[in-house]
Amino acid sequence: MTGQPVLEIRNLDVDYGLGDQAVHAVREVNLTLHRGEVLGLAGESGSGKSTLAYGLTRLLPPPGVISGGEVIYHPPGGEPYDVLGLSDRELRAFRWAETAIVFQGAMNSLNPVHKISTQLTDVIKAHQPNLSAAARTARAREMLRLVGISPDRMESYPHQLSGGMRQRVMIGMALALEPQVVIMDEPTTALDVVMQRQILGQLIELRERLGFSVIFITHDLSLLVEFSDRIAIMYGGRIVEEAPAETLYRDPMHPYSQGLLGSFPALRGPRRELAGIPGSPPDLRAMPTGCSFHPRCPKAFEPCPARLPILGQPDAPTGGGRTVACWLHPARVPVG
Amino acid sequence: MTLSNSAPAPAAGPASGPATEVVLEAVGLTKHFPVRRKLRDLFTREHAAVHAVDDVNLVLRRGHVTALVGESGSGKSTVARLLAQLYPRTGGDILLHGDAVTVKGGRRFRAYARRVQMIFQDPFASLNPVHTVRYHLTRALKIHGNAGRTADDLERALADLLGRVSLTPPERYLEKFPHELSGGQRQRVAIARALGANPEALLADEPVSMLDVSIRLGVLNLLRDLKERLNLAILYITHDIASARYFADETMVMYAGRMVEGGESETVTQNPAHPYTRLLIESAPDPDRISGLTADTGDRGNGEPPSLINPPAGCRFNPRCPNVMPRCTVDLPPRIEIGDRPGHWAACWLYDPATVAAQQPGSAAAATEEAAR
Repeated sequence: MTGQPVLEIRNLDVDYGLGDQAVHAVREVNLTLHRGEVLGLAGESGSGKSTLAYGLTRLLPPPGVISGGEVIYHPPGGEPYDVLGLSDRELRAFRWAETAIVFQGAMNSLNPVHKISTQLTDVIKAHQPNLSAAARTARAREMLRLVGISPDRMESYPHQLSGGMRQRVMIGMALALEPQVVIMDEPTTALDVVMQRQILGQLIELRERLGFSVIFITHDLSLLVEFSDRIAIMYGGRIVEEAPAETLYRDPMHPYSQGLLGSFPALRGPRRELAGIPGSPPDLRAMPTGCSFHPRCPKAFEPCPARLPILGQPDAPTGGGRTVACWLHPARVPVG
Repeated sequence: MTLSNSAPAPAAGPASGPATEVVLEAVGLTKHFPVRRKLRDLFTREHAAVHAVDDVNLVLRRGHVTALVGESGSGKSTVARLLAQLYPRTGGDILLHGDAVTVKGGRRFRAYARRVQMIFQDPFASLNPVHTVRYHLTRALKIHGNAGRTADDLERALADLLGRVSLTPPERYLEKFPHELSGGQRQRVAIARALGANPEALLADEPVSMLDVSIRLGVLNLLRDLKERLNLAILYITHDIASARYFADETMVMYAGRMVEGGESETVTQNPAHPYTRLLIESAPDPDRISGLTADTGDRGNGEPPSLINPPAGCRFNPRCPNVMPRCTVDLPPRIEIGDRPGHWAACWLYDPATVAAQQPGSAAAATEEAAR
């Protein structure tokens, strides 16, 4: 099932503001999401990972502007098209039916004055207007059952549900129209670890059953290593490394990925001294020249402050299926 | 005793005293928050309350980090606030150097705060946005009488404080406003402010959970360094049990307002005894389990923490516990020594000699013998 691309991001640039004042939040991002795959997107706050997600669904609030690139969507058995070129009407049909988003702090994105049933059926009503009310309710109940909530809770208000249940309702809602791509922006950050594991386990199970692809955005790299197939690491608006999850965990190439992996204390194995990454994330208004990580990089050498490394396949024995943007591993085959 | 104002003078230097000396101790600490009564309850006798913290015993030693781990709503932050005397407690005692202390405010509260300081979770909210770093630190120094007499003394004390939290050179940070600093720098300023009082105990309530992952370790390592250099007693409150293992000497696990397990961090995380601790550790993200992902099917205790207004009778974990026994729903389990390492205990009937005997009929005689002793 994997293999064919479902969403291709090509040279995407996203700015906040216009002209000289613009802050380049996402720069020249190339990323391909395959069918049935969980793609992890990791990075610190301000690295542009959420902006990327909003950019590719065209949900960016002003002053966010997509200043370049394309997002090609491949519908199952249809002609691929550029999401950025859709008219408003087409976009409305595309959203939710093809791509759904579960937002950061999703449990607070339910409307507190409406019942769960109203909110679930509302989605179906908007996208499939000719469905009868009874069929809509049946579908909503089915969605609740799918995410492990008893359909008796249909008539509850959001405040009557716990945080974990609200989060599940949001996931159920995102899946209501059987989208091909589900984007999850820090879906479990506000939850406890026990609940987090339950929800993610359920999500993976649903993915196997329904066959959608997931873009999973989080700052918790250890979680991504466990749950995703491929991981892309963002820093200062660019992707600095992309590799299969296991490869990235065993053999990270970019010093930032190494630093990030070294920032999580392990629960098992020997207890080691960890250092984290010195310094603080870059200010997007005044990005360092060359590689934006060089001021914090322990391995920086002379080309780093001067020239920007290109994301490409490294010339290394483990180079297959991975890309990195670092002068330590100069690109053999540049991407894009 | 009550804190007299002259008493701390000889013992105030944080470097004094042996490393294992007990600084702060909680005995049977209890906090119930009253619930607003509805009209129809007006004539009943019962007063509903949230049982946020029940019967918590805790010891903070000099040069020692004690971690308190639990889910949100387990009462761990309430424990910190009780220890800082920011909330009046419902029951139990707080002992500072062995003497029970209760302060409500004013002079005596300040004298207490001089010795026990707190660091809050969110450095974006705990610093005043309209004041500079200099103002925040000067205020802490002046209030707690560590500013010296002359302007030069103050300047030196400020530079010293910033140096301790590795914000050097000090001139670069003194005149900055909080919004000009990054999250990690802000938390360092908050730590420097706490150190301005020259405390003996530091209560850190999730000090790194609002920070970016790459700088969390920097702050934790700084706290550990301070612990060693200033011989501080630190209470580290967190929901991340892996960081407790990394940072703390001793780890306590809380569930629904009660302590369920405690011991050396390494023992608690590597050989968890209480079913809840086991669940917590199994649920933590583990990169080494890359392909071993399975949907939750096992009976490991999924579900949610109970309502603290009407907590379950007996052990509070019993509705979720995979090893639940009839006894668990009736009797509250006491602290029972596990016996694998000294100081490792769990509040769980599984480790009661009688239960152990029932499970292993062969060794029953030995267990009863042990129980008799």
